[in-house]
Amino acid sequence: MELTLTLNGKKMSRLIEPGILLLDFLRSEGCYSVKRGCETSNCGLCTVFLDDVPVLSCSLLAARAQGRRVTTLEGLRQEAEELAAFIAAQGAEQCGFCNPGFMMNAIALLREKAEPSVDEIRDYLAGNLCRCSGYEGQLRGILAFIEWRKSEKGGAAR
Amino acid sequence: MIGIRDYKKAASLEEAYQLNQKRGNRLLGGMLWLKLSRNSVQTVIDISGLGLDKIEETGEGLRLGAMVTLRQLELDEKLVTYGGGAFREAVGRIVGVQFRNLATLGGSIYGRFGFSDVLTLFLALDATVCLYKRGRVPLRDYAALPYDRDIITHLLLPKAAPLAVAYRSARLTETDFPLLTCGCAVRSDALNIAVGARPGRALLLSGLEKYAGRKLKDEEIEEIAAHAAATVPTGSNTRGSAAYRTHLVQVLCARALRACFRKEDGCGADADS
Ligand SMILES: Cc1cc2nc3c(=O)[nH]c(=O)nc-3n(C[C@H](O)[C@H](O)[C@H](O)COP(=O)(O)OP(=O)(O)OC[C@H]3O[C@@H](n4cnc5c(N)ncnc54)[C@H](O)[C@@H]3O)c2cc1C
Ligand code: FES
Ligand code: FES
Repeated sequence: MELTLTLNGKKMSRLIEPGILLLDFLRSEGCYSVKRGCETSNCGLCTVFLDDVPVLSCSLLAARAQGRRVTTLEGLRQEAEELAAFIAAQGAEQCGFCNPGFMMNAIALLREKAEPSVDEIRDYLAGNLCRCSGYEGQLRGILAFIEWRKSEKGGAAR
Repeated sequence: MIGIRDYKKAASLEEAYQLNQKRGNRLLGGMLWLKLSRNSVQTVIDISGLGLDKIEETGEGLRLGAMVTLRQLELDEKLVTYGGGAFREAVGRIVGVQFRNLATLGGSIYGRFGFSDVLTLFLALDATVCLYKRGRVPLRDYAALPYDRDIITHLLLPKAAPLAVAYRSARLTETDFPLLTCGCAVRSDALNIAVGARPGRALLLSGLEKYAGRKLKDEEIEEIAAHAAATVPTGSNTRGSAAYRTHLVQVLCARALRACFRKEDGCGADADS
């Protein structure tokens, strides 16, 4: 079947197998940030945006992206790099495998709410599992990023 | 993992219904359960283009489309007005935001999973299931029916919101399947208490009419919770023993009831314990 979608800002049409998962389609298009972790909808590693809403690409048919916008970490370069630097500065990652899904969902949260509380961050990121860290480093990184962004904005306004 | 041969986006409910009569075909909700539970499907039938993703106020009450996501249940203002924090409390621990953006109300109710937070809350709320062919069936009856090939189009919640609602669950870890679930709704003519994840399907307690429509005293709450523990059948699985679950029935019923009556004037929206 034919699938037409906008992937990372680029409109495209492809012939696909009707049963292909969005995860596999995206990897076949070179979006290697999208990773297969548990594949049982539990780990959040495969998170992408469907029309700006974070979803699990391991559990969604590519066919359902017909006419929609799909965004992966590759399409969020600057936004992702800025946040990643703060997470790295906390030494939050160890193997780093969870990072792409974590970044996608953290960006989704910060787009929904610019200054979430610690509890709101924990709640929103509860579906992103990290087997190496205790999540505290990531939490500190996100909080530091929020503070930096506030001061950047304050600075820009002056 | 699941193998899917064909995908069809239904243009009407009738088309979806006809396709769904074929044994190898399956309706597609969020696909989260379907993907884990079946090895192969001939055609998945996508009903996401049929406008079933809305939460609307109608003359009869609140009408929730089958394709409403669990995340919508969590955030929708009309549901906050209707049930205070109960919807959020019931679905907010189901895996994660990305999961809840996909998982649907229709798939959750059709599944009638023993562990279902969604079934437990909607039972307590006296929901009615709207089926495309069969018409309306109270959820308390639907919960006991065998799986069939009809389509859930909507769930209806009664026009009069409950005087108070609260929901509590116990989990071994934050986003795990629940070990026990409990939803309470106080109505002017009924007190509904639903207990699920026993680990069997959620059920409604009976014999609570005398407690309807009013603020309960502490002794009455303890009495109801003890009655629940004595009458709700529980079983064991890898998450917990029957005895532990029976203990939880008593604890969660009492907590949910107390949360219902937390406001000074008696029946008010849910406040946390
Ligand atoms: C890893 C995991 C953890 C979970 N944890 C919890 C939890 O803690 N608490 C909880 O309450 N739930 C939990 N669930 C269940 C989840 O919330 C959903 O209830 C479940 O995934 C089904 O919803 P779905 O939209 O994915 O349906 P699908 O998987 O798409 O469908 C499920 C079944 O329903 C049928 N169906 C779908 N829509 C309709 C319709 N409109 N009419 C008739 N039939 C239909 C399908 O054909 C299929 O047979 C969990 C599920 C998974 C996979
Ligand atoms: S790979 Fe999708 S949730 Fe784990
Ligand atoms: S750093 Fe290894 S899984 Fe998160």
